[in-house]
Amino acid sequence: MEKFQSFTGKIVALPINDIDTDQIIPARYLKVTDKNGLGEACFSDWRYNSDGSPKPDFVLNMPQHAGAQVLIGGHNFGCGSSREHAPWALMGAGFKAIISTYFADIFKNNALKNGLLPIVVDDETHKQLISLAQEDPNTQIGVDLEAQQITLPDGRKVTFPIDGFSKYCLLQGVDQMGFLLNLDPDIAEYEARHPQRVNTLEPVEL
Amino acid sequence: MAQTLFEKVWNQHLVRPQTADTPAVLYIDLHLIHEVTSPQAFTVLRERGLKVRRPDRTLATMDHSTPTTPRNAQGIIPVLDAQAVYQLDFLTRNCQEFGIPLYALGTENQGIVHVIGPEQGLTQPGMTIVCGDSHTSTHGAFGALAFGIGTSEVGHVLATQCLLQNKPQTMAIRVDGTLHEGVTAKDIILAIIAKIGVGGGTGYVLEYMGSAIRNLSMEGRMTICNMSIEGGARAGMVAPDETTFEYIAGRPFAPKGSAWDKAVSQWRALPTDEGAVFDAEVVLNADDLVPMITYGTNPGMGMKITDHVPNPADLTDVSAKIALDKALNYMGLQPGQSLLGQPINVVFVGSCTNSRISDLREAAKLIKGQKVADGVRMMVVPGSQRVKAQAEAEGLHEIFREAGAEWREAGCSMCIAMNGDQLQPGEYAVSTSNRNFEGRQGKGGRTFLASPLTAVASAINGVVTDPRLMIERMKA
Ligand code: SF4
Repeated sequence: MEKFQSFTGKIVALPINDIDTDQIIPARYLKVTDKNGLGEACFSDWRYNSDGSPKPDFVLNMPQHAGAQVLIGGHNFGCGSSREHAPWALMGAGFKAIISTYFADIFKNNALKNGLLPIVVDDETHKQLISLAQEDPNTQIGVDLEAQQITLPDGRKVTFPIDGFSKYCLLQGVDQMGFLLNLDPDIAEYEARHPQRVNTLEPVEL
Repeated sequence: MAQTLFEKVWNQHLVRPQTADTPAVLYIDLHLIHEVTSPQAFTVLRERGLKVRRPDRTLATMDHSTPTTPRNAQGIIPVLDAQAVYQLDFLTRNCQEFGIPLYALGTENQGIVHVIGPEQGLTQPGMTIVCGDSHTSTHGAFGALAFGIGTSEVGHVLATQCLLQNKPQTMAIRVDGTLHEGVTAKDIILAIIAKIGVGGGTGYVLEYMGSAIRNLSMEGRMTICNMSIEGGARAGMVAPDETTFEYIAGRPFAPKGSAWDKAVSQWRALPTDEGAVFDAEVVLNADDLVPMITYGTNPGMGMKITDHVPNPADLTDVSAKIALDKALNYMGLQPGQSLLGQPINVVFVGSCTNSRISDLREAAKLIKGQKVADGVRMMVVPGSQRVKAQAEAEGLHEIFREAGAEWREAGCSMCIAMNGDQLQPGEYAVSTSNRNFEGRQGKGGRTFLASPLTAVASAINGVVTDPRLMIERMKA
């Protein structure tokens, strides 16, 4: 995984509550066995007409919003299915961070494991960011993970929470599997102390 | 100190507790996998030269992109397209290479991942169970800690049998009282979600308790735990009791002989201790419940079937107003209208929420001797091949067929519409599944979530129908 770098980028608002992962990436695109091509399908049903042409009135299709790197969603962003294809699709569509008042648990976990930063802000900041994005499509904000801060155009800095371990992994560009693999002795010890509950290879005979 | 069911299971599975710098390391007893959320995890294993640590604690099935039509005249199972064929094939190769047992398409134990775990007796009290699938919460009905994970985490569990987790909070959901006739477990959970909202359980593990939960069958408890995620909670649990033990006893992977007695005595120690504290509590009275139905585009947009669709103008919160407006627009519904009498095109009985044998029995009982209304397509999709075989042994398939419904092979089917079973744009469906998101059952399709009884009653009349009326009529 690449190290997460501070950046300044354009914001775009999709202020709809409870955006579910079926909207972020509809199920019919889940037949892939890799991560390619999901960016084009991101928000597919909101973004394209049935003939495949882009809907001009959908915000992510508007030329003035092209190149946005931060998506402002409504409350409870990413609810529904556990598909990690959702963060893959959002990253494929060019986003590095998502801002909401809160995120669904599984989406948040998945995003953090892929270097897509879920930023939780208070209601007021959330409203302000939405108005800024809607009033001026060139609005940029700064995102600094090290300091856990976003910087608004007026210079105001807003702090956001993130658990220390995820932050460390993102900043160092290390994935969490490596951490778990290093625990092999602890895991083996746990296994030795706890009898196996079920063995999927062998049904239990009477 | 008094502990909750969740805390007991959590503590028993700590390889390392949470520290200031690192999340807890949680050991996983059972890892279920399917074709859609596992491929990229296996690719990572190969890239890193890793093995599956415990293939004997892992089980794979095929369910999401599988067809629900039988073998054709050439004996071939008609998988939707080349991409789906490749995905299924990839799972087969992964399981072979890494030594994981697979209940493949066309074999007798295949089925929806959350139906087969309990059915095989693999799902047991006090276990930790994960799957790359948000409805893994279903298994919590047995007093297991079961939750959905992403594909990166699927890789973690394959390689290490462990997960890094921050400890969630706990929420007690107490449902006391007695359900009226025609009101089911599905109505309980739809009422809970309508009350707490789709984000209300975020950050929590739920424990369902109270006399109405105790009186439910295991199937009913699974229906409830299944939809915990629709309230935002990754996991929902029910304390194990005699009903649980009776359900598990004798199943293929259940402990036998003296191991059974030992297991049961351990399971009896799991229920939440007197005086244990939850971080939040929600209370419902089963006597107040009636059949529920959703009117909108998330499972929280639900109401009593006798209620009227809410009006965005009555809402004060701007974002909630916009959301409701958007939902009603998508659904083609008017504020203030009743859903009773709303014409429908499709009825779907299936999914990991309501496709078990008891669901099919209830549905069959109500539809017996009746006909699906003209112009309505009704699909009955059993949750597993074993459920299908059991239903056929009881003659349920004949009852459905005589009524004019389609009797299909096991799988997720129109719950997720990946396999070709789908709504056409604009069509209305009454569905026993768990998600009514835009396009979930097919692009442009419109879903009303409800119980199997409501689904059947609506199929017979061709319009959304209160099942209590049909039950009255059946008795008369
Ligand atoms: S039946 Fe539906 S909800 Fe259940 S596992 Fe399949 S797709 Fe997911």
